[in-house]
Amino acid sequence: MNESRRNLLQASGGATVLALAVSVGLFKSGVAHSQEWNKAAFDTKNLQDTVKALGGAAAVESKEITITSPDIAENGAVVPVSVTSRLGKTESISILVEKNPNALSASFDIPGGTEPFVSTRVKMGQTSNVFALVKAEGKYFFATKEIKVTLGGCGG
Amino acid sequence: MADPMKIRATMMGDKVVVKVLMAHEMETGQRKDSAGKTIPAWFIQSVTATHNGKTVLSAQWGPAVSKNPFLEFRFSGGKAGEKVIVTWTDSKGDKRSDEATIT
Repeated sequence: MNESRRNLLQASGGATVLALAVSVGLFKSGVAHSQEWNKAAFDTKNLQDTVKALGGAAAVESKEITITSPDIAENGAVVPVSVTSRLGKTESISILVEKNPNALSASFDIPGGTEPFVSTRVKMGQTSNVFALVKAEGKYFFATKEIKVTLGGCGG
Repeated sequence: MADPMKIRATMMGDKVVVKVLMAHEMETGQRKDSAGKTIPAWFIQSVTATHNGKTVLSAQWGPAVSKNPFLEFRFSGGKAGEKVIVTWTDSKGDKRSDEATIT
């Protein structure tokens, strides 16, 4: 586990490697089967670009969104993150980690009848702000929370 | 073929709480093997959950979702004894679908 995290941290030029792999054609079969996957959004680096790639204008900060997670994550490979929205007509919830090579971790569509709540686990390369981006009534809102990732094994 | 998912769907009041644990490497495409070669990315890209033929959650994931992903969500309109079906598709085009009965 430690070994893999170190590698994750060392690989700074990862995004270009991924782009290269796509151009070489490694992903051909994958791409054919997942045309709906929003590659543009997953390739973006920061919050505003991600909002744009998801088809919205600027996002507004909202107190109606709650991010539940530990303040300090001892293992950056497994960081539990839950997002709850109290905004009416929440259509989608996305989880972004600002300092990851690609900010967007996961994006959830919330159909009517499903609670505007999701809980999952994400990877974090380093201490970073985590954003929850919520689309409600066609507008984008966000909340943010800093999660510290301890690098050593002693769980400081 | 990937290992089966562990799915638990339980009634909590009038809501169904669904917890899913998937077995998947979720390789980021950023790690290198011992020979220094980049390990190609391999991760679940889309997840869909349905109940009585209606989609109750759909998700698109990037490689930053943890290995052996966990997912929890809640929806209303379900009853004990009905089924929830969860399907994922990964970046290699592999698919896996499993179901659970609401208890």
